[in-house]
Amino acid sequence: MTWSPATSERADAIVARYPERRSAVMPLLYLAMREEGRLTDEGMKEVGDRTGITAAQVLAAASFYTMYKREVGRHLVSVCRSISCHLLGSEAVLDAVADETGVPDGETALDGSLSVESVECIGACGGAPAIQVDYEMVEGMTPDSARALVRWLLDESPEVIRSDDLQGRFGGSPSFDPGPVDPVGAIGPFPAFGPYGTAAT
Amino acid sequence: MTEQILTTRMDAHPSDSHTLARYEQTGGYAALRKALGMKPEAIAEEVKASNIAGRGGAGFPTGVKWGFLAPSTPRYLVINADESEPGTFKDRQLLERDPHQLVEGIVISSFALGVNHAFVYVRGEYPRPARRIQAALEEARDAGYLGDDILGSGFSLDVTVHLGAGAYICGEETALLNSLEGRRGEPRIKPPIPAVEGLYAQPTIVNNVETISNIPWIITNGGAAYDAIGPEGSRGTRLFSVSGHVERPGNYEIVMGMTWRNLIHDLGGGIRGGKELKCWIPGGASAPWLVPDNLDEPITVQACARLGTMLGSGGIVVMDETTNVVAAALSLVRFFAHESCGKGTPCREGATWLERILERILHGEGRRSDLDLLLDVSDNISPGLRWPPAMTTICPLGPSAVSPITSIMTHFRHEVAAMVSGEVPAGV
Repeated sequence: MTWSPATSERADAIVARYPERRSAVMPLLYLAMREEGRLTDEGMKEVGDRTGITAAQVLAAASFYTMYKREVGRHLVSVCRSISCHLLGSEAVLDAVADETGVPDGETALDGSLSVESVECIGACGGAPAIQVDYEMVEGMTPDSARALVRWLLDESPEVIRSDDLQGRFGGSPSFDPGPVDPVGAIGPFPAFGPYGTAAT
Repeated sequence: MTEQILTTRMDAHPSDSHTLARYEQTGGYAALRKALGMKPEAIAEEVKASNIAGRGGAGFPTGVKWGFLAPSTPRYLVINADESEPGTFKDRQLLERDPHQLVEGIVISSFALGVNHAFVYVRGEYPRPARRIQAALEEARDAGYLGDDILGSGFSLDVTVHLGAGAYICGEETALLNSLEGRRGEPRIKPPIPAVEGLYAQPTIVNNVETISNIPWIITNGGAAYDAIGPEGSRGTRLFSVSGHVERPGNYEIVMGMTWRNLIHDLGGGIRGGKELKCWIPGGASAPWLVPDNLDEPITVQACARLGTMLGSGGIVVMDETTNVVAAALSLVRFFAHESCGKGTPCREGATWLERILERILHGEGRRSDLDLLLDVSDNISPGLRWPPAMTTICPLGPSAVSPITSIMTHFRHEVAAMVSGEVPAGV
């Protein structure tokens, strides 16, 4: 799949943010995921063509990082399992998510609706246990609230995921006062960031 | 009295502390105006005089680091916002709640270092903090604090926010630079240090978010004023992330020298549910643990060194009396095994061995020889089992995986032994 003129324009703008074009590899990999919902061979070839490196070099970089996924559902549910979340019951939260969705840790639902994964520390230790949906944070979870969260994801299939929305509906006590609402949200299983063209407002 | 440098604005103005309007209204960007009237070397002198040490984990004196910067151009400043050390969430709050403080620190530091292009490397799992710092940069640019000819000074600066993609190792500065160049985030062998050959093999300074967020205050008040806060060798305030089994988890900015009892029992509200304290991690997952006998020790760099541990990233994880320390250690060791980049053999192989041994002990399949084996494998990763470690690996990740092992074998060996012999049931 060749990138559309609009996507090409976005890619050019991303490359222009750096003194050397190879530095655009990581942001362009996110753009490639946005284009196809996951990372493909074609996407990596596009990234290589735009940064002056081979497809093998792109694969070498992409395969190093956990967030570039070749198989992933429409939404990604990441349950933190590192020490602070572990101490406050993250195993039970993960079990609840897997049970409610029927999707075990590290797998994707057969209908492609979502993926479930346990992840290492996401920096929400003061609001443990924590979850991210498409990298939007929700803190102070319980097994029950985690069940409600994934049930909502499956039933409502929301187009945009916003951290404040998740926190308001399902969250408990956060690590710190989050301040005013952030209107930006995620549109797929990759981080929502305006300059990368991966966000909805 | 608790002096605050970094968190006053977000405490006083929770609804808009992240905006340019509030930042300017509370004195923001006055330090930049002052700095642009100074000689760059004079700014670096103030930073050196402040004796501020890096807040990312290694604790290296910032002014000394700046002094290593090689003269060739172009040079780069990279802000390390790859906060990933388990137990640490302070930089996330600084990025989300007071991004202009960091932006002003970046502009002042870049002017001092002769840098015209700076980067903020934000971990991929922090899109919201990345959006906040990006919005602040755009506001600053529109107001003339960034871009070409800043405030008519002739100094120009561009700042690029870069998202990581889920690799703890990229918090290590040379791995971060590889990542920023579009490569696998494996650490480089030093020397050369980044200040000599860093990003694109050019002189580069890598500083933590909290470190650079202190720069506006240091320029406004002078290095000597910062050096007057806290005990010698542990100057200034620090933002500590307190989590685990405490009543009031959160980030607390304190003057160093306070005791652990103050921080855990007074600020943190003590142990949840009226339980007893068992132990705590004093400086992120990499740090060897402390126990209740250490509660009246001061929170200083020196006291931690004497106790064979460190303040590291400022992540304090508190564990109560009910904690299964083998399960806790497994959580930590699994983290390091998962995050090992594979470049250094003792780290790659050793961390995985430690994970598997702890797993079988926890599942009731431990062997009596496993106690010695845990220490033997650890000694192969980190010879002598001391802290700070004897470095046989390329970066400190490998020795960090050993800290939970030495901690449970020093303080709770009887619990591990009892689990191996079947005296107590295994399992979480």
